[in-house]
Amino acid sequence: MSKQSTNTININRRKFLGGGSALVLGFTVGCKQEASQSAAVTPIENVSAEVASGASMPLQSSTFNAWLSISNNGTATILASNPEIGQGVKTALPMIVAEELDFPWEKVIVKQAPVDPVVYERQVAGGSYSVRSLWDPLRQAGATARAMLVKAAADGWGINVDDCAASNGMVSNSITGDSLDYGTLAGKAAKLPVPEIESLTLKATADYGLLGQRISGVDNQAIVTGQPLFGIDTTLDNLHYATYSSCPNIGGTIVNTNLEHIKKLKGVVQAFIVKGKGGYSELRDGVAIVANSTWATISAKKQLEIEWDTTDASTDDWSAMRDQAEQLATAGGGEVLHNDGDADAALAAAKTKVSATYSYPFVSHAPLEPQNCTVRIADGKVDIWAPTQVPARAMKSAAEMFDLDPASITVHQIRAGGGFGRRLYNDYFLEAVAIALEAKVPVKLTWTREDDMAHDYYRPGGTHGLQAGIDNQGKLTAWKNHYVTYSEDGKEAVRWGAYMESTFPRQLVENYQINQTLQLQTIPTGAWRAPISCAFGFVINGFINEVSTAAGIDHRDFMLELLAQDDEIPSIFGDAFVPARARETIIEVCKRAGWGKQQADNRGLGLAFYFSHNAYVAEVADVEVLAGNKIKLHKVYAVTDVGPIVNMSMAENICQGGIIDGISTMARLELDAKAGAVIESNFDQYQMLRMPEAPEIDAHFLQTDNVPSGLGEPTLPPIAGAVVNAIYAASGKRVRELPLSRAGFTLA
Amino acid sequence: MTEITLNVNGESKTLKDVDPEMPLLWALRDELNLVGTKYGCGIAQCGACTVHFEGSPVRSCSLPVSAAAGKNITTVEGLAKDEQLNALQQAWVDMDVPQCGYCQAGQLMSATALLEKNSNPSDDDIDTAMAGNICRCGTYVRIRAAIKQAAKAKRGGAA
Repeated sequence: MSKQSTNTININRRKFLGGGSALVLGFTVGCKQEASQSAAVTPIENVSAEVASGASMPLQSSTFNAWLSISNNGTATILASNPEIGQGVKTALPMIVAEELDFPWEKVIVKQAPVDPVVYERQVAGGSYSVRSLWDPLRQAGATARAMLVKAAADGWGINVDDCAASNGMVSNSITGDSLDYGTLAGKAAKLPVPEIESLTLKATADYGLLGQRISGVDNQAIVTGQPLFGIDTTLDNLHYATYSSCPNIGGTIVNTNLEHIKKLKGVVQAFIVKGKGGYSELRDGVAIVANSTWATISAKKQLEIEWDTTDASTDDWSAMRDQAEQLATAGGGEVLHNDGDADAALAAAKTKVSATYSYPFVSHAPLEPQNCTVRIADGKVDIWAPTQVPARAMKSAAEMFDLDPASITVHQIRAGGGFGRRLYNDYFLEAVAIALEAKVPVKLTWTREDDMAHDYYRPGGTHGLQAGIDNQGKLTAWKNHYVTYSEDGKEAVRWGAYMESTFPRQLVENYQINQTLQLQTIPTGAWRAPISCAFGFVINGFINEVSTAAGIDHRDFMLELLAQDDEIPSIFGDAFVPARARETIIEVCKRAGWGKQQADNRGLGLAFYFSHNAYVAEVADVEVLAGNKIKLHKVYAVTDVGPIVNMSMAENICQGGIIDGISTMARLELDAKAGAVIESNFDQYQMLRMPEAPEIDAHFLQTDNVPSGLGEPTLPPIAGAVVNAIYAASGKRVRELPLSRAGFTLA
Repeated sequence: MTEITLNVNGESKTLKDVDPEMPLLWALRDELNLVGTKYGCGIAQCGACTVHFEGSPVRSCSLPVSAAAGKNITTVEGLAKDEQLNALQQAWVDMDVPQCGYCQAGQLMSATALLEKNSNPSDDDIDTAMAGNICRCGTYVRIRAAIKQAAKAKRGGAA
């Protein structure tokens, strides 16, 4: 395990380790040098290093560490630091290193980095932030190694580095025409001083050879041949299987259970009660069954009888709360969150007023791989394999909850079968540790789908009472939104239910007021792919379309006018929102979709734009509304500006995936809860989109020099708005509540 | 408890002391260590557990292992012959179909069954054959394209 740092920064300090033949560069932040050197052992062991250097350099304003090694057999091993949950970072992050290294991708071996909260600061799959946060450190990592390899070659040839060129894993001598490969140079390069970051020349976007290409995911061969890759595939000697049953009425505690009967069932090895800790959103009261197969646990679970005390359990009734929210949103009042200008006066003075109420339901993440976690406790060491978006946080939570020495815990990063935000929460991880501690055998906890649907951290529903005013030029002069959301304590909005300060179109409308009303709600909520934005993108784009329609102005033109200013607007995502970038995506998507052309009867285009996670995404849906409110999604066009694209293949794939997810969710996904228990329990009642309903999707990216940002989330928020606006254009029917099935719409 | 013999990917496998009601899915995963076949829902809704039963795609989560006694079962691990990927597996890699990849074994089993019956499927044929497989990440656009590419490759590159 990592050691605590004791040293200060020493840029050129290097540590040599024996064996093999390789250049290993460790890049670490500031005072974490000691940790970086101890962790350097991992890649070195893997590549049989002859000369290895754990070299430290400061990466200012970075929160990241990268590892790269070059072997004398002509391969480079690059470690991917962040969890792979289907967003493609296990391929994309090493591509960034390989680009600046000037190394042939087919000779790169990608390995998942160990989880180490001391060495790596943000091993998180969340916020579409991996590429955004690692862009500079990874480019510097590759460029540093390249500079050292070039210097080693130049020294050997007795020439100036300016007379050398690096390309495709080779350094060439421009005087003699000789060349040497990186593997040959690696040992010598490792003995050189590490160059200052300021001395590095990073490539211009136009000079990229690998970045922007279509590269197939590094795990694809293993995926298509069914090799063990995912958490649920973990196998160990003497592995036992476990299931966990906690109260369907969230927060209920155990009074009694038929453990003696369960223990007698075939295949069952142990059964016991686990007392909850840390609040019901962490480790809930439950019954663990440990058996010799997954099926034995599932079979036994069916015979489990538990008497619950629901005195303190949630009493949520989501459909009743949604009905009530509708009334609250239109009744006025609420706490004023934002008040720019004077929205009431501007509304009073407006030539045209528009008002409408929009709402959307609670939904589940439902990653296809159910929650699972494998734990082995032996010889004072705790090894954990879990699909998690936050391995370091999970490790810390387990150490704190069970009073374990953090240094004794190893969390093995493992591919996750989807995340969507669900695996930012570690309840299943803590359950598995609790079970392993009690059972004293290695266990794999696997949730059933029913467990997963009953114990999610749900995307909260919400209701918006909107009003807008338009002046006699058709300009949007007033915007009011009475937002009704949920709260566990009546004071703060639930997790990912609070209004985002910079929500579009703030600072684009002079008179802008947001009021918020809280309804009590206690089932845990959480981040669901593009949290807040995933729902607000629908509400805001739908309502702006009502405003442009009332103003009698083409929606594209209205949006461009709304976004006409050049001033940047601060945003909670870190980078300022630049209206000019938004305009470019809208103009381009309309061009690609044939905006303005005459449409066939019952067919229409709908346009939406949303800014989230520093990404600018405009989408147009081409929709036909058939008899009986059947909707045919012919095609979706998306234009995105996230700066330079790292892997064009995954960029297109995940853009399409975000749009499919958005359509799937808007079509018919809705959860209800009664007495604090979620009713829908499996995919027969929670019907996600299937292939016949999936439209063709044109995923286009603007080629810009803006700082790259991530793509896991931001293509989702605009799509529901684009679709409802297209339904209106095609049929004159305005959809203000999701899912579409509530208003009788079905997908054709 | 019973002894059951299956023919999995061309090899005879005997399960001793197995619950005859255990779904084939869990027999494959926990007893035979063939973990390519995935659990998603347990009620034959998502298709992640799709295997071939005497050549036809079935949901192994809902098929008792006893019903597979003496039958030929093919799993995703058995699609490649002599380490040569089948045309669909190759198209999946070439076109970078997976996102998380969890559903893709089931998708490949359904697609392989389709191409064995229909060497030149239309979009509707593909949609119909693949409707039982959910991809939570939404790779449907790529799956469609990869099936077409694989069908073309299988036909010898003829259009």
